Amino acid sequence: MSLSPDDVKRIARLARIEISDAEADVSQTRLNAIFELIATMQAVDTRDINPMAHAQDVSQRLRDDVVTETDRHVTFQQIAPAVERNLYLVPKVIE
Amino acid sequence: MMESSLKMLAAMLADKRVSSRELCQSWLTRIEALNPVLNAFITVDADKTLAEATLADQMRANGQAGPLTGVPIAHKDIFCTEGWLTSCGSKMLHNFIAPYDAHVIKRFKAAGMPSLGKTNMDEFAMGSSNETSYFGAVKNPWNTAYVPGGSSGGAAACVAARMAPAATGTDTGGSIRQPAALCGITGLKPTYGLVSRFGMIAFASSLDQAGPMAKSAEDCALLLNVMTGFDPNDSTSLEREKEDYNRDLEQPLAGVRVGLPREFFAEGLNSEVAAAVEAAIGELKKLGAIPVEVALPNSQLAIPVYYVLAPAEASSNLSRFDGVRYGYRAPEYTDLNDMYSKTRSQGFGDEVKRRILIGAYVLSHGYYDAYYLQAQKIRRLIANDFTEAFKSCDMILGPTAPGTAFKLGEKADDPVSMYLNDLYTIPANLAGLPGMSLPCGFDRKGLPIGLQLVGNYFAEAKMLNVAHQYQRVTNWHSRAPEGI
Repeated sequence: MSLSPDDVKRIARLARIEISDAEADVSQTRLNAIFELIATMQAVDTRDINPMAHAQDVSQRLRDDVVTETDRHVTFQQIAPAVERNLYLVPKVIE
Repeated sequence: MMESSLKMLAAMLADKRVSSRELCQSWLTRIEALNPVLNAFITVDADKTLAEATLADQMRANGQAGPLTGVPIAHKDIFCTEGWLTSCGSKMLHNFIAPYDAHVIKRFKAAGMPSLGKTNMDEFAMGSSNETSYFGAVKNPWNTAYVPGGSSGGAAACVAARMAPAATGTDTGGSIRQPAALCGITGLKPTYGLVSRFGMIAFASSLDQAGPMAKSAEDCALLLNVMTGFDPNDSTSLEREKEDYNRDLEQPLAGVRVGLPREFFAEGLNSEVAAAVEAAIGELKKLGAIPVEVALPNSQLAIPVYYVLAPAEASSNLSRFDGVRYGYRAPEYTDLNDMYSKTRSQGFGDEVKRRILIGAYVLSHGYYDAYYLQAQKIRRLIANDFTEAFKSCDMILGPTAPGTAFKLGEKADDPVSMYLNDLYTIPANLAGLPGMSLPCGFDRKGLPIGLQLVGNYFAEAKMLNVAHQYQRVTNWHSRAPEGI
């Protein structure tokens, strides 16, 4: 399989990364070289093999439903790009 | 002093021959002199370091000193460190002053070990040469025209150049072991789950693991004692009884079976590296170890599997960088989506974007089964290979990397040839096994060669034993680059 520049732009849109036509062309060549490498695993017979998502077979721990964190919004918001009245500012989304 | 082991430094502190402040001052002076050449540190803050050293000296004066109290260490810039810039080598976080400490940082602070600063790294730990850092490439102290390896390249270079007695690193596909090999130091990636990932900026969560980088196995054992332990803040942290990783260092190696996977000595391995690894096997035989041939038939698939799984996890993990709560935000945009896209386009470097795109693609509708699920199944086959191999050996041994350090810029434009550097290191990450690299020689150009050990789950003490015994009869690990 191989990606076209349009495929690259479609994935970039999915990933919320702006990409110019020129960048899509360069990316396409490099991504296709990587996908060629990845393609070598396609031929492997993996019928009846259980997918391995994690190195250790452990189940998620549950903790007591109690408050463990203190309110640190002042500290956290000090490093935000734009804040007003304790709120993170983003461009208007609802007219 | 710069050549001293951690044990010797700790003894000097205990005997009051030196204070932590004096130790830190000496290393800060050396960092100041060498960093303009090597670029191993992104952030150095003498005032903060000396304040931590004062605390360490007080701990000692109050009789609260632990084994390493007062000994300084450098931290990879992937660990959130309260009040310090924590950039992860990225423009995206070029202004991110962490509001809290990573679990690993907390442990070193509690042990009274002052931080010498934050070391340079490939952006978001994605790279094998340290060239993808927004803060510029790190130079290999053995030859500044060469790369130090990556992604923990700053950590490896600073230990090799004696700019820090020890450093922390992280390893997702070889990021501790490969730079340790290329810079001639000792580094260990623990069993997945031994060291908490809390506050360690995530790349591929099912593979990421932090570990020590130092001059010797003995030093790594001491550091591992500080770093490991259960942390409720990491859902994959293992609840195990605390181990002392020093305990087996002096054990004899008689009868230890070292497995040599034939796939690790096949085509693609540089002949000088092969010769040095063979010589190391000879040394271990003299110490009583028994080499046995083993097979890891699926290990050749580790790179394709890794370049599906790691980018898939990265594309999800890195979606948090959107210019809203912290870090970089594009100066101009039209609406919310445009702000996200421009912020991410401008804030991430090429390699990071490439991996996010691969990840988004393999997880997208219609490709999930063919790529992601297939890769997870082969991951199982690779892990099963190790289980099988450990039936006939106690430890696996081979080269850390297929070659020695390469020139700056040599592979920067060819991602695939860069990825092949991690051929021998990735399998251990996929299986979650501990891996370690230690120096075992030099090539004709005078560049270090690394020997890799891969142990069974929780076999760190045994690996450190083998490495320490090897280092008792060889001196590769105590050589330092000249003129630095």
